[in-house]
Amino acid sequence: MTIVVPDVVDEPAPRKPTRRRRVGRFTPRDVAVVGVLLGIPVALDVLLIWGPTLASVGLSFTSWDLVKPIKPVGTQNYEYIFDTYPKFWPAFQHNVLWLLFLALVATPFGLLLAVLLDKQVRLTRFYQTTLYLPVVLSLAVVGFIAQLIYSRDYGVLNAVIGRTDNPVDWIGDPSINLWAVLVLVGWRHVGYVMLLYLAGLKAVDPTLKEAAAIDGANEVQTFLRVVFHALRPVHVIVLVITFIEALRAFDVAYAINRGRNGLELLSVLVTDHIVGEASLIGIGSAIAVVMLVISTVFIITYLTQAFRQDPR
Amino acid sequence: MVYSPALSRRTLLRGAALGAGAFAVPAALVACEKPTSTGGGANEVTFGSNYSDAVPKQALADVLAASGVNVKVNTVDHNTFQENLTRYLQTTPDDVFTWFAGYRMQYFAAQGLSMDISDVWSEIGGNFSPALRAASTGADGKQYFVPFYYYPWAVFYRKSVFAEKGYSIPKTWDEYKALAAKMKSDGLEGISLGNKDGWPAMGTFDYINMRLNGYDFHISLMAGKESWEDAKVKQVFSLWREIVPLYQAGANGRTWQEGAQSLAQKKTGLYVLGMFVGQQFQGADYEDLDYFPFPVITEANGQDAIEAPIDGFMLSKSPKNVAGSKQLLKYLGGAEAQVKYLKSDPNNVATNNKADTSGYNALQKKAIEMVSSAKHISQFLDRDTVPAFASTVMIPSLQSFLNNPADVDGLCKKIEEQKKTIFTT
Amino acid sequence: MTSTATPARTVAPPAVEPARPRRRIRGPRVVLHVFLWVVAIGWLAPLLLAVYASLRPYAETAEFGYFSWPRSLSLDYYFEAWSRGGLPKYFVNTLIIAVPAVILTLFFASFVAFLISRRRIPGGKLLLIMFTAGNLLPQQVIVTPLYIMYSKIPLPWYMSWPSEKLFDSYWGVIAIHVAFQTGFCVFVLSNYMETIPTELVEASIVDGAGVWRQYWQVILPLIRPALGALGTLEFAFIYNDFFWAVLLMSSGDKFPITSALNNLRAVYFTDYNLLAAGSILVALPTIIVFFVLQRQFISGLTLGANKG
Repeated sequence: MTIVVPDVVDEPAPRKPTRRRRVGRFTPRDVAVVGVLLGIPVALDVLLIWGPTLASVGLSFTSWDLVKPIKPVGTQNYEYIFDTYPKFWPAFQHNVLWLLFLALVATPFGLLLAVLLDKQVRLTRFYQTTLYLPVVLSLAVVGFIAQLIYSRDYGVLNAVIGRTDNPVDWIGDPSINLWAVLVLVGWRHVGYVMLLYLAGLKAVDPTLKEAAAIDGANEVQTFLRVVFHALRPVHVIVLVITFIEALRAFDVAYAINRGRNGLELLSVLVTDHIVGEASLIGIGSAIAVVMLVISTVFIITYLTQAFRQDPR
Repeated sequence: MVYSPALSRRTLLRGAALGAGAFAVPAALVACEKPTSTGGGANEVTFGSNYSDAVPKQALADVLAASGVNVKVNTVDHNTFQENLTRYLQTTPDDVFTWFAGYRMQYFAAQGLSMDISDVWSEIGGNFSPALRAASTGADGKQYFVPFYYYPWAVFYRKSVFAEKGYSIPKTWDEYKALAAKMKSDGLEGISLGNKDGWPAMGTFDYINMRLNGYDFHISLMAGKESWEDAKVKQVFSLWREIVPLYQAGANGRTWQEGAQSLAQKKTGLYVLGMFVGQQFQGADYEDLDYFPFPVITEANGQDAIEAPIDGFMLSKSPKNVAGSKQLLKYLGGAEAQVKYLKSDPNNVATNNKADTSGYNALQKKAIEMVSSAKHISQFLDRDTVPAFASTVMIPSLQSFLNNPADVDGLCKKIEEQKKTIFTT
Repeated sequence: MTSTATPARTVAPPAVEPARPRRRIRGPRVVLHVFLWVVAIGWLAPLLLAVYASLRPYAETAEFGYFSWPRSLSLDYYFEAWSRGGLPKYFVNTLIIAVPAVILTLFFASFVAFLISRRRIPGGKLLLIMFTAGNLLPQQVIVTPLYIMYSKIPLPWYMSWPSEKLFDSYWGVIAIHVAFQTGFCVFVLSNYMETIPTELVEASIVDGAGVWRQYWQVILPLIRPALGALGTLEFAFIYNDFFWAVLLMSSGDKFPITSALNNLRAVYFTDYNLLAAGSILVALPTIIVFFVLQRQFISGLTLGANKG
């Protein structure tokens, strides 16, 4: 953030009538600043995100191929995805597994690494970079790495575990490929979580830790009693991000085999129907609305919790 | 801390100016790129191309440079081009664009997104076989497509393996099965199959269906006019099921390239694929590669149909330069342009029957022979039907068939249920 | 860099000490270092394998598999990817999109987050819900209406050529990136700001600072670690995005660098080793940004010690 170099000097202010002002009230100029700098992002969000989202809800009750006129079909698309489309429920289950894996395995591991790296460890920058690297990789290279490791005939994994005579089909066997993919997903998610926690840990007031140490707490106790609690806002961020990542999970599965044959995910199904040449806008939108409902339930749950703990 | 209103305002203004500057950067660059608002030269033809890979891209550029038309090419990578085509044709299409023959062409023609080029065909039509004319004709009987090249699908094998083990070319389905079984017992892995991306297995479905039920039934099935629960369709899967154990294991996890490598390394003996499989063979290995048409299943149909996807060109609905575009299409349908292009690409065959074939390799020569003796040319499953059906129904269905070939009835029932919804959309 | 085909190992409690342990280091420290080394190797192994593969010709890995000794190693694929993929041109395209998008996103998001979490403006919670919830959905959900909208909004030719629409212009792509990412960043930053004592803002109000100065002089310096982390992530997200650009533009020569990688894929045959070389080249700028911004979140800020 280097938009402006503030060159404010300690020049005596002409008058200070605001000193008695009630904290929190805005002057007319403040209102103008807020109007512009809040107005633009709100307008963008409403116009470009919420408008189209609501439009998608509308489209989910129609049949449309982007070319012919839009035809209302009632709830037919929902009947199709719930009753007829064989890939919907597997995709739903895979998203749930994704969430469980990220929340119970990858996220705690990311926190652990952040805590370890927050100490004055030698080579900490090297470790941080290493863990972060998978986050910046593009779809193409993740797909390649999956092929490199998991390919049945030519991959590294079968060679390393010595299964060359009767190789494991890590990508093609629908009963195991999800787990193979989750390992790669965790590989990327851990670095992401680690980075967010690291930034949070840097902001934890060190005097808190010192106080705990004086009270005779050991490192683990200090962490559990003081630091973990002080990180509460970051936990909220990571919780929501983990949820978003699980619900929106897309890229690794898509890079490997376009999310098919055991790797179905809700957002892959949306893509198959909406983005590709298929142009089944109504059906794709109906799957999207299901995702919208899931995330609404989640956010309401989260907010009622937040409001309860933060009565304001 | 001291507060000066003037300073604050100035800072804010500067911030705002910088914010605007950030927005102005792309504008400036865009503006620099295209300083004219009235368009290029009067006779410029814009050309939307999916020839994004380096070698074909250069070959096409060379061909277009010799066209005598001022062409401006807009290249978009193959996959994106295909996925975006509907949106592209409705917003800012180029005058001429690259596309496929058959149902995929007919769909856009029927929606009025493509211009009728029957007048071009009245001049160049004599250079193309009736099957090619049919593949370029819309449902309304007018032409919308100029074919450029095609590549047949067949059963590929290595001559040296056949010579060494004393195998002979199977003519019928039973001979084909027996050969594959013999290969298994000889220590080979049988038939290659790399179906990770979902489409390679479609070729086998198409061939069994056309050999068993005939081309007309196949096309009618693809158009959604037949029931997938028809005994004829179930019979296709039952026949296919007979050779599933003869495939190399792990088909759904293998790329088609890895499947080709198995054939190249003589681990497998047979591979049903398009002629592009040749890209995986180098030097002497390429010389050793050969193919035969998919075996006969019923005498009535024999080998009268061949799967040979055709790539070519169409016009968008209202090209800015119609005369120039049509002139370009005539040139691209000509023998000279096609031969020039194919010098870079020995895995395709020119569509113009006056094209000079003296430079062709053995595989290309055989392709011409096969295609010219065929009564029907199919375009491949994903080009002969609604794209939504191919990608959201058939790919998953064929993959699950390969995982579990036992439940044909259940599979056909599911396909039929989904088909009903998709074809009414 | 020659034969680093290290197998990916699962993280396990280490049994052996690493080479040359320092004498003064106590037990737990050694365990910590061994653990971190094992994790780091596990994390690097897939990447090193990708680099290793990109140095070998396709014919070789196709014949012997990826886990095999090299017959020949060269940087040829890197040169080929650089020239064939037209990387420099597409890299500029990406910067045209990513730089303004990241700056505007962080700027708007930090200001809105400040209003919501430290000034507690009325309706703040509602705004927070709106921004957060809008980000829970995958991009695919809104793409169709957005495409229709973009293809109907005209722009003057000097802003969008040749379409003269928001469709096929960088403006549209930047706008959707800002809209989409701002939602996410508002959420993240307003939570980070919860760790900043309200007293600091209140003190500056008492000093007579306007809302801009409270934001610029009090808040911004305090959220440097979060901004650094978020800036790094946002740059990586937008830099690696191909979705919006590809769906909302149709001129191939305006596409960002991720689509240049697609140009390395052929219709049928793709040389994955070449693609790996290209992908690694393309990933380098995001790693550089990480190094540059790392200082922001690595050097701990002590809240109390920070002065305006």
